[in-house]
Amino acid sequence: MINKSRTIIIDPDSENKNYWQDLWQFRGLLYFLAWRDILVRYKQTAIGLLWSIIRPLLTIFVMWFIGWLFNSNVPEGVPRILLVCAATLPWQFFATAFSDSSNSLIVNSNLLTKVYFPRLIVPISTVIVCLIDFLISFIILIVIMVLYRFSPDIKMLYLPFFLILNLITSIGLGLIIAALNVRYRDFRFIIPFIIQFGLYVSPIAFSSSDIYNSAKIPMFAKYLYALNPMVGVIDGFRWCILGGNTPFYFERFLVSCAISIFLLIIGLWYFRKMEKTFADII
Amino acid sequence: MSNTIITVENISKSYVLQHQKIRHNDSFREHITNNIKSIFKKKDADQSASQETFWALNDVSFDINQGDRVGIIGRNGAGKSTLLKILSRIVTPTHGRIKIEGRVASLLEVGTGFHPELSGRENVFLNGSILGMSKNEIQKKFDEIVAFAEVERFLDTPVKRYSSGMYVRLAFAVAAHLEPEILIVDEVLAVGDAEFQKKCLGKMKDVSGEGRTVIFVSHNMAAVKALCNKGILLHNGSIKIIGSATHAIENYLKTGINTSSHFDCSDYVYGDDIIRVLKIEILNGFNNTNQIKFDENIKIKFKIDSKQDFENISVAIGCLSIDEIPVFTTRGPVSIVKGENEIICEVKHNLRANNYHFAFGISVGEKSNIYHNPNAFDIEILDIGNNTQYLTNNAGFVNVNSSWQIV
Repeated sequence: MINKSRTIIIDPDSENKNYWQDLWQFRGLLYFLAWRDILVRYKQTAIGLLWSIIRPLLTIFVMWFIGWLFNSNVPEGVPRILLVCAATLPWQFFATAFSDSSNSLIVNSNLLTKVYFPRLIVPISTVIVCLIDFLISFIILIVIMVLYRFSPDIKMLYLPFFLILNLITSIGLGLIIAALNVRYRDFRFIIPFIIQFGLYVSPIAFSSSDIYNSAKIPMFAKYLYALNPMVGVIDGFRWCILGGNTPFYFERFLVSCAISIFLLIIGLWYFRKMEKTFADII
Repeated sequence: MSNTIITVENISKSYVLQHQKIRHNDSFREHITNNIKSIFKKKDADQSASQETFWALNDVSFDINQGDRVGIIGRNGAGKSTLLKILSRIVTPTHGRIKIEGRVASLLEVGTGFHPELSGRENVFLNGSILGMSKNEIQKKFDEIVAFAEVERFLDTPVKRYSSGMYVRLAFAVAAHLEPEILIVDEVLAVGDAEFQKKCLGKMKDVSGEGRTVIFVSHNMAAVKALCNKGILLHNGSIKIIGSATHAIENYLKTGINTSSHFDCSDYVYGDDIIRVLKIEILNGFNNTNQIKFDENIKIKFKIDSKQDFENISVAIGCLSIDEIPVFTTRGPVSIVKGENEIICEVKHNLRANNYHFAFGISVGEKSNIYHNPNAFDIEILDIGNNTQYLTNNAGFVNVNSSWQIV
């Protein structure tokens, strides 16, 4: 793997200048860890890979029902289930990627205490596994579109951009919590709570326009709402997938964007800072 | 080729030990508030009183040259594993600096990252990549690895169904085919049967024979002696001896067990108390202990107090393994006089390295014992010898010679 030998300096203070180079050299390990998790994930299950479709599908049905019950706003010409589906898929990705990467260091503690590799590989490999699940779950979207004879818009081409934003958000938050989780296992209990809470304050059963156009909701709450990075991601997904006259709040989206990037920077910084102590305290 | 490949300068590593404080009102509520406090306050005065800094390594410096085979030895808790973890970049030192030139592979555990659900084949790739091999490298060596592990038939069986021996063989096989410039190995040879251990040791010798550097931690002195040319003896986190492997090993054995070569059994009374053994002494114990090199005769001196004269009585020692299995008995006729007598007994033995205990008895003619002490003294046979190589691959209590010929 490391073809030409180079000097390694180990001391308590200096930054490892070759960190990103190391990360690149260990990309094989990244691949194998993700491969392991995919292989192992559905071992000894009867329906295997189908689970990555059933889980989001059930959420979609529940959210569809809630949206219908409260009669949330649906853009013209868009079936409600498609509105919910376009939001549930990125949300589901965020939820699994965030919670799996947050727990990844603890799950792989036997590796952390026995071999050296850039620790970033562990949470990133779990996110890759979730990404694959996410791509598989896109089958649901395609089936719904076919069933409702809904033709996708040209805006669909922007989807990768919002997918990257979704990735940034999940990894950023995941890294922060993963590093904290090593020292304070309290976060194991906080993670499900964040996800449950997020499911209700993110536009899944409803649309952002329900919030912004509501007379009942005070202004500060609307600003607070826009701070949720998943609002930007989900609004973006809907804008791409649903097309037509789906509203898109660009300034508020920029806020979400900024927060996602901020989370990633903080996540990387904190993870890198704590990384050296992982093996000692895990 | 004696250029320095690893330079270790003043390495220290400290851990903070948390001591539980004794609280007067240990309510659940207080427990919770304390926990919350401890999240938000890093150090409050109370808490720091219950913490203690423990130095696992203290100011350790040494150099390792290319091609050296270094054995790191020491008692449990001497800091060996911490040192290896620092050298493998798993933990960072608290102070000091290390410079390493070359690719390092460390093997601190057999089968790190093995996943029980995955097949043998899949685990070879997974484990290989964890240890730092590229996919191509693993593919190239795959057949060699499988042949070394002798698990061809079970390649597609999940390793959770492997016997523990197969598991260990496969795990070591992967590690053995690493080709780093520096190989760091913790006590991993302690697993597997004797034959496989020998195979592993042989493989490691090959590795070092190719000019690679090996750093090896073990409690098995025979293995260290067979493999290493340099030795580092750690004691309570500091280097005690650094030099040749033999030198370090001899010092390690000396600092070790406190069993003296003297056994006082003057309090032991048998039967009518006609004879009492006052003292038993191992004369040729290694550094005045009860340890004897395996290729040396056992020399024991008995100090006996007798109430009458005896002529041609039978004196016997019986050797038992630690789990009370009789290994041998040997006897000889002596004559003793009334009062104090000193008898020296020399046993030519072929015991293998282990702890043994000895019974001592005296009997008159055909009659039964007049003295018998089932726990008279203990001897440890060492796996190092004066001029003979210890045969690690044998098993049992004794070595025997045999001659073979085709007829």
